[in-house]
Parts: sequence; structure tokens; C-alpha cells
Amino acid sequence: MLMIKGGMLIDPGNITGCYDIIIRNGKIAGIQKPGTYKESIKQDDVVIDAKGKIVTPGLIDMHVHLREPGHEYKETIASGCMAAAIGGFTAVCSMPNTNPVNDCAEITEYIIRKARQAGKARVYPVASISMGLKGKALSAFGELKHSGAVAVTDDGLPVSDSQLMRRAMEYAMGFDLPVISHAEDLQLSGNGVMNEGPSATRMGLSGIPNASEAVMVMRDIALCELTGARLHIAHVSTKESVDAIREAKKRGLPVTAETAPHYFSLTDEDIIEYNTNFKMNPPLRSVKDKEAVRQGLADGTIDVIATDHAPHSSLEKDVEFSLAANGIIGLETSLPLSLKLVKDKVITMETLIQKMTKNPARILGLEIGITEGLPADITVIDPEFSFTIDADRFYSKSRNTPFQGWQMTGKAMVTIVGGSIVFNESSDYTYA
Amino acid sequence: MEFNRKDILDIASLSKEEISFILDTADKMREISERPIKKVPTLRGKTIVLFFYEPSTRTKLSFDIAAKRLSADCVSLSASSSSMVKGETLIDTARNLEAMKPDVIVIRHSASGAPHMLSRYLKTSIINAGDGTHAHPSQALLDMMTVREKKGDLNGLRIAIIGDISHSRVARSNIVGFTKMGADVVVSGPRTMIPKGIENLGASVSHSVDLAVQDADVVMMLRIQKERQSSFLFSTEREYAREYGLSEKRMKIMKPDVLIMHPGPINRGVEISPAIADGKHSVILDQVTNGVALRMALFYLLAGGIRNADD
Repeated sequence: MLMIKGGMLIDPGNITGCYDIIIRNGKIAGIQKPGTYKESIKQDDVVIDAKGKIVTPGLIDMHVHLREPGHEYKETIASGCMAAAIGGFTAVCSMPNTNPVNDCAEITEYIIRKARQAGKARVYPVASISMGLKGKALSAFGELKHSGAVAVTDDGLPVSDSQLMRRAMEYAMGFDLPVISHAEDLQLSGNGVMNEGPSATRMGLSGIPNASEAVMVMRDIALCELTGARLHIAHVSTKESVDAIREAKKRGLPVTAETAPHYFSLTDEDIIEYNTNFKMNPPLRSVKDKEAVRQGLADGTIDVIATDHAPHSSLEKDVEFSLAANGIIGLETSLPLSLKLVKDKVITMETLIQKMTKNPARILGLEIGITEGLPADITVIDPEFSFTIDADRFYSKSRNTPFQGWQMTGKAMVTIVGGSIVFNESSDYTYA
Repeated sequence: MEFNRKDILDIASLSKEEISFILDTADKMREISERPIKKVPTLRGKTIVLFFYEPSTRTKLSFDIAAKRLSADCVSLSASSSSMVKGETLIDTARNLEAMKPDVIVIRHSASGAPHMLSRYLKTSIINAGDGTHAHPSQALLDMMTVREKKGDLNGLRIAIIGDISHSRVARSNIVGFTKMGADVVVSGPRTMIPKGIENLGASVSHSVDLAVQDADVVMMLRIQKERQSSFLFSTEREYAREYGLSEKRMKIMKPDVLIMHPGPINRGVEISPAIADGKHSVILDQVTNGVALRMALFYLLAGGIRNADD
């Protein structure tokens, strides 16, 4: 038996309040008012003292690049899952731009098998829309779904061919898979390496305009209207995208959206000159865009916070800015940066938890929650825990974060997957 | 004043006083090139590496001559002859160069910020000889030197820069430099070539070339690159010449004592008509002459040291 004692349980849409949670055989066995557990605590029972902590369903990060198979020097499924556990995530979605690409059942099954062996987090593979991410032919959505894929995307690359996107959306409906859009017009992005604007002009770096994202968001919304398929917009970074998604939702279209912590925490003005840990795609935008993303989170336009965790080694990052690979890691910094939204009164704690648990689960068709009988995937959060972000202590194999040295308040203390403690920050628990 | 900088990376990081001091030093260097024996022993025993990762004729030659006139040993390395073609990273190549103990590394690179990256990794002095579309500090300094020589003072002048501002490191460095010295800078050209937020560097934007040049004390024309046609930045060369180029007709509305400048190499008949490039207002070749003196000054200030102060 595992008991989480005295914490503030927040499970949006289900239950909120001070409860003890009883876990047996990997499942939630009881949710009780504090102190009402009558049985005696046995030798091998574990009690986690969660007094003053927040207890939530396990966090889900629906946008993670685990890099395996193919780029294991950047991250492996095991190291990525450990980083997830540290960050409070009990489940992550792995993006398909591996080598080979996750465009067939064998790769999906391989990822799931590796994740089970690692055992630190659940991995829900997202498969590619097109074979080999080449934008020429549809991947086998049916066999991918049957082997465990939960969505399809060509993330990293947009689906430039509108006809392919239309057919992918129609075809995906047959298997109830959401289509995740990396919205970018590659011609408009051109050779851009950061946001188009005064900072890029000053540094002499070529810019990517907001319209590069917005025109594809608008196209995909139009295709969503045409097909009726479920569309999820990945890593929203611009005001224009937020406005377009808000308007589409108002019209009742099945559109959802995510943003990443860096888009609501940083702008292009924060880029330390030519520091490649500030280079990602889409790029850090203007102050106006950051405010729009925060507004979109507040009013429900943006449903999900996901990291776009993109590990790169020094081989890709210790080079000229224009040659450096896009992407930053996020699993171990996401929750603290997101908790700052609550401190800043952008959203409530309950809304934040919803955007990191129930909303991604709903989009992906996963049944989660602190409910008797469900698997015990639980995160215990200390919203007052102070610490400094130190990339050298990351469990991810990569170090590419722009948040090095940031003072944070709030962190995951204990992460439980299927009733097993996969991470425990403090010694704040006792073996009875 | 004391000049304590390790590197010359861009104009933005230099103070007004430092710029004046560099120009004063360069003015003194100019005379050396007029002597029958154009060589002083100032940097004897010093090693300067010219590391040009991007093709260049004039700038490289200018740095090379400047080093030799100060008696430094100057070696040059280009990307095609270096191990970068074998896949070595910029940092590794630079670290290997440093291991041979040069005193100054002059770098030109197609990536904006490449010299800044090197300066973080190396203890050797770095001079940026042009990085991507970011900065070309020695060019801006020699331009300021030339204008100061002809006009006496930079303060209060109006400088017009015409052409592809987006892709010009010369324009960026000159905007920052001239405004720092008290001049007004206006830029003009096709709207496709005016980057967002250029005003933040201190320039005003005029969408009429005529308005930009008519009150200008200095008109600086930028080279138009033919390959920009394929990225849709302009249509034909004929149209560019007519709408944005410097023609005799346009000269008529300009100040009688205007200076015409160009960082070179020029496209005769495109951004500037031959008669103007070779005419009495043109100081294009003075720029080249001053370039040697200015670069001698940079080497002297970075590598000269106290030991050589009396040479």
C-alpha cells in the first residue's frame, strides 16, 4: 500500500479538496478524508507526507522529442523518461521525427517497448502523417493506431501540400486520431533563424515573420472546417494564431491548441547575443505575442501547455547561430515556469493543472484522473519550493536550455507512475 | 586615453570616445603610407592571422597591407584551404589557430555573430572583418574617418544610405557609428530591402530616394547583388538603376558639396552611374586608402601594447 497523506488534491472537473489517497496494486484504491484510514500501517507500506503540497493527476507533456531511435546521443527513451519524471510528468507523447521515422507499427511498438523497460514514464507515440516525413504519401494510420499511436503529425516540418493535409485529416477521422499541425509556411520562413523584428535586424540575423505561422494556422482551420477532423495546433507562438484559433473555437470547430513555456516566458528581446540556446522553431516572438499567448491561456483558447522538448548536443548547438539546430529542452523546467503563470495571476492553479493533465488527455483520448480503479499516475507538487535551474544537474542527456540560472518557485516533489514512485525530490516521506 | 579592448567586434560596443580615439590614431597612421619606405617596426615580432571564411579581395588585402606596414608577420587562411572543408567546426579551427599563439585574429564569416562566438572562446584579440549581415566595424570606421577628413566633424551631418539595408553589415555599422558621433542617418531603398525595426538602430527611413539624398552631406550607395532577384527583392537592374540608383539627374537635386561613398565593389550603371563613381564628389578611392591606415590603427591599438608605445 502507498498512501499520499494530507495533500491538497486538485483533479479538475473531478475532485478538489484535502484527501488521503490510497494506492494498491498500481491503482487508486481509495480517496478518503484525512485521518479516516482505519487499517494499521504495515511494514512495507509507504506513506508520503503531502501536507502543504498539491496532489494532481500525473502531468502529461504531449509534445516531446525523445530522439530514439536514431539520435541516442541527444536523448534516449530512458533518459527522456527520467527527465519527465523529474519534471513531474507521468506521460509524454513522443514525436515521430526519429530515424527511422515513426511511420509504421514496428517503430511505434519499439518505442512503447523501450519505454516499458525504462519504466519511468508512459510514452504515447505520435506517428507521422506522411511516410518518412516526406510529404508525399500517407502513413498507415490504422496499423499505427492499433499498435499504440495516439495522434499523427509531421512535426518539425509542416505539411506544405494542402491536399495531403486535407486527406490526412479525413483519413485520420476513420481512426479517431487527432491531427497535430506544425504550422509554418516554409517559403515565408525562408532562411530565417529568429523572429523578424528589431532584435533580428540589430543582430543581422534573418527573420521569420509571424505570418509564416499564421497563414498555415488559418489554412488548417479552413481544412478543419472542410473535413470536420480534430485539429490540434502545436507550439502556438503568435498573436495572429491565437486570434485565429479563438475565432475558430467560437464557430464550434474541433480545434485545440498548445503552447510551450518559452513562448509565455521569453521574447526575442531576451535572446542573449547569438546564444543558440535561444534558437527554436517557431522562434521567440515579440512582447505583444507573448502577451497574446498568455491571454490565450487565460481565456481557454490555448488548451494545453506542452514543452516541445528538443534535446540537442554541443555538436548542434556550439556552432554559429545561423547553423545551429532549432530547439530547447523543457521537461525539467516546464512545471516551474508554468507555476509562475499562477503566481502572476494569469491563470488559476486548477486551470494550470487542467492544461497539463485533463486537456491533453481529452485530446489524446486517454482516461486519467484521481478516481478509484484508475492507474495511480500522480504528481505531488510543492508550489513554494525554491531552487535555481542548473542544466548540469538535468537528467536529460542534453543541456540546451535558455533558462540556466533562473530562480524558480515551485516544483514536482514526487512522481508516481502506476503506483510506483519514479521520482522523489525530498526525504519528506517516511517508511512506516 | 587608454584603449583596453581585447576585440573589435562591432561598432555598438565602442563608445563615442573610443571611436574618436581610433580615428585620431588612424589619422596619424595615414602618413606612413606616403613615405618612400612604407614600413615601421611597431609590431615587429607580432603575428596576425587573417581568417577569411568568406571571399574578399579589398578588405583582406587592406588588412594584409596594414599588418605589413607595421612589420607584423601576417598569414592568411581561407575556408577553402582550411580544414573546415574537412568538417572541422569553427571553434576547433579557431582553437588550433590560437594554439599557434597569434596576437590578433581577423575573421570574416558568413554567419552573423561568428566573431562574437570566437571572442567568448579565445583569449587572442579578434577583429571582425565582416560577419553575415551583422557588422563590419573596420569599414564603418574608415567611412567615418573619410567623412571626418573631408568635412572636419561628424556632428550634425546628414548621411543617406541607399540600397539593400536588409543584407548590409556596412549599413548597420554605419548607422550605429554615425549616429553615435552625432550625425543623422536616413536610409532608403526598395521596401523589400528595408528591415523591420531599423529605426531602433538610430536611422530614419525615407521611402523616397530623392527626399533621402536632397539634404544629405554624404550619400552612401550600397552594392546591389544580382542574386537578390531570385529572392524577389527587386525586379530588373534597369528598373533598380532608374528608381534607386545614383544618376546625373539625381545629382542635380543634391547639395553641391555632397560626398559620394560606396563600400565597393561597385556595379557600374546599376546603383551608381560611372560618371558619378569617377566624378569630383566621389571619395570611393579615398575610402580604400584610409582603410589601410584605419586597419593599421586597429592592429596598433590591439597588439601594440606599452612596450611599443615609443616606436
